[in-house]
Amino acid sequence: MYICPNDLMKLDVERMKAWNQEPDQCWECYNCVKICPQQAIEVRGYADFVPLGGNVIPLRGTDAIMWTIKFRNGILKRYKFPIRTTSEGSIDLYSGKPEHDYANLKKPGFFNMTEYPTI
Amino acid sequence: MGVEKNEFKFSKKPEVVYVDTDILLIGGGMACCGAAYEAAKWATPKGLKITMVDKAAADRSGAVAMGLSAINTYCGENDPADYVKYVRTDLMGIIREDLVYDLGRHVDNSVHLFEEWGLPVWKRDEDGSTMDGSKPAPKLAEGGKPVRSGRWQIMINGESYKVIVAEAAKKALEYNRKETGVEQNLFERVFISELIHDKNDPSKVAGAIGFSVREHKAYVFTAKTMLLACGGAVNVYRPRSTAEGQGRAWYPIWNAGTTYALAAQAGCELVLMENRFVPARFKDGYGPVGAWFLFFKCKATNSLGEDYCATNLAAANKDFGKYAEDPHKLTTAMRNHMMMIDMKAGKGPILMRTHEAMAALAETMTPKQIKHLEAEAWEDFLDMCIGQAVVWAGNNIEPEKTPSELMPTEPYLLGSHAGCAGIWVSGPGDIAGIPAEWSWGYNRMTTVDGLFTAGDGVGASGHKFSSGSHAEGRIAGKNMTAYCLDHADYKPELGRDVDEVIAEIYAPMETFAKNKDYSTDPLVNPNYIRPKMFQARLQKIMDEYVAGVATWYTTSKTMLEKGLEHLSLLKEDAEKMAAEDLHELMRAWENYHRLMAGEAHARHILFREDSRYPGYYFRADHFYVDDENWKCFTISKYDRDSKEWTLSKRDYVQVIPD
Repeated sequence: MYICPNDLMKLDVERMKAWNQEPDQCWECYNCVKICPQQAIEVRGYADFVPLGGNVIPLRGTDAIMWTIKFRNGILKRYKFPIRTTSEGSIDLYSGKPEHDYANLKKPGFFNMTEYPTI
Repeated sequence: MGVEKNEFKFSKKPEVVYVDTDILLIGGGMACCGAAYEAAKWATPKGLKITMVDKAAADRSGAVAMGLSAINTYCGENDPADYVKYVRTDLMGIIREDLVYDLGRHVDNSVHLFEEWGLPVWKRDEDGSTMDGSKPAPKLAEGGKPVRSGRWQIMINGESYKVIVAEAAKKALEYNRKETGVEQNLFERVFISELIHDKNDPSKVAGAIGFSVREHKAYVFTAKTMLLACGGAVNVYRPRSTAEGQGRAWYPIWNAGTTYALAAQAGCELVLMENRFVPARFKDGYGPVGAWFLFFKCKATNSLGEDYCATNLAAANKDFGKYAEDPHKLTTAMRNHMMMIDMKAGKGPILMRTHEAMAALAETMTPKQIKHLEAEAWEDFLDMCIGQAVVWAGNNIEPEKTPSELMPTEPYLLGSHAGCAGIWVSGPGDIAGIPAEWSWGYNRMTTVDGLFTAGDGVGASGHKFSSGSHAEGRIAGKNMTAYCLDHADYKPELGRDVDEVIAEIYAPMETFAKNKDYSTDPLVNPNYIRPKMFQARLQKIMDEYVAGVATWYTTSKTMLEKGLEHLSLLKEDAEKMAAEDLHELMRAWENYHRLMAGEAHARHILFREDSRYPGYYFRADHFYVDDENWKCFTISKYDRDSKEWTLSKRDYVQVIPD
């Protein structure tokens, strides 16, 4: 519901079910599918160019994602790929990095990068 | 949109929320996330407040929302000067070499952060085989060897790329929020539709006004400095798929040209807005081909098996001279041109010969390695273009058995991928030999004081991609901090009446409420136009007159002038856009921004009297590349009051020798 980058998912409060209010504005980014805790969302390929019968279903964990691809002719393919090497929320922003020096503020470089080539 | 005065007689006036900040980040993609990370480090100890406003949710917003299978700019062992040469060649010789060099020398630092934060980066094992990014191996910063899919590209397991980058940005914002004692500094689901100049100094920006798409609230931000980085422009042109499949745009469909529209309206100079990108991609799904070409050594041919870049080289050379001479130095645009020569001759469909590439690779591989290779091929789609996997599944396409069709897409306007449309900005200033007008102030500041841009916003500097956009956002974030410290006494005051601006922003809702009962079906009504139809009308004009797919990307002076007449009527009708709810209100403003971006594009193509990017667009009346008169930047400036555009030439200067 909340995650859609294009603000497409809407809640039908009577049925308590979400729906895509503009299917022709859907990028098939699958972010709603991946994040839904009930795994209640399935994507049916764009009807104007995808023959019926196939589908692609993700199952996203904390460090990997599993994909099941079903072909129209029934062939199944399964893949698992890593998505992250650290635990969620573990990013340590600045510790262990050089302190910034305001004398460098107007020079090229970053707070943690003070040497750079030039021409 | 200027409208009949909205007095909220038929619709409800929203609650108004005021937010005062120092550094405002408009957008939540790679550039703004980079800016948040870098600016928080410099600005927080000085007590400067940073605020991000994103129309979506930062975890999954911007062009990397779905994920990516590669980072396309990582210099590593390469000299940034060579990166400049590569970008210059692909963009037909006209780029801001100071900006591109600056990008090249900064970008790796961001890539190293991504890996430290948890992005899995493929590595080359000692025996030469590829390892996915979860396997233990030295990191890039420790000398680990990436798997290069090209000289500048490295492969990643990037499904969660944006989630990771957003986590760092959100933590940086949270650090700044706590230290500066503000209640909230990340506003999601808020769409900015207006920038406001300063009351006392109209050369400066002082604020940004927008609305929540979830609550009936208008947001008024005041800031000393702003980063305008909301991506490129998609669905300005009628797409090849006009029904449900138009959602499957190659670039993110939510990139609505807001960056270019707000910049133009604020009085920024735009540069090279005639530039566009027309990628040749897998047909319909628009899945990535880069890994297939570069990593799997795949070949594309016409349906007779001929290499169209070889067979059509002489024909292309006749029209475009040195730009179609050396088969090893062909631009992406020129490859498109030669592909289309064959398509027009009926030698299509153009085929990506995946089956032959995989068979060739398999000759020296074990069955286990072949299986690994197949998985890598599928991951290329699943990481960044799942819809293409859906197309292959529906069509029973197994790439190791069947070739796949390629097709040039509809045009896209962008400045961070393989295009260079955008805004003129000040450069780094330490590069020898550049003209004064390239660097007059803060790095990545536009010609409007205090207004910065990055990513798709910075023109004449393409091939940044995701990593470069992040690095460029960091450059901007650092310089915005400098701007704030130098202007410590500046107290931004809005140069327009807030009630008046809010009345304009919500006018489409008033128009709908006032007129909806005039007809039985509120979708069909003579008193207004709904955003969906407004977009369709824009797309039709752009497609038919401004070199869309309908004319094989070809236009001319007379066609452009007629197209601009139609666009001016459309602009008038923008005043009659109607929105039933907040979601549709966002669509109304997005489509107005698309119109502004499209108009800038048309005016630049009309001004430039050559076919600078053959294969992306052609001027039938100037079917050549004219280096003598047109190897220069084109600059436009929009006057919001008169609605007039002024176009001019600006000298290109070569900084890095051939």
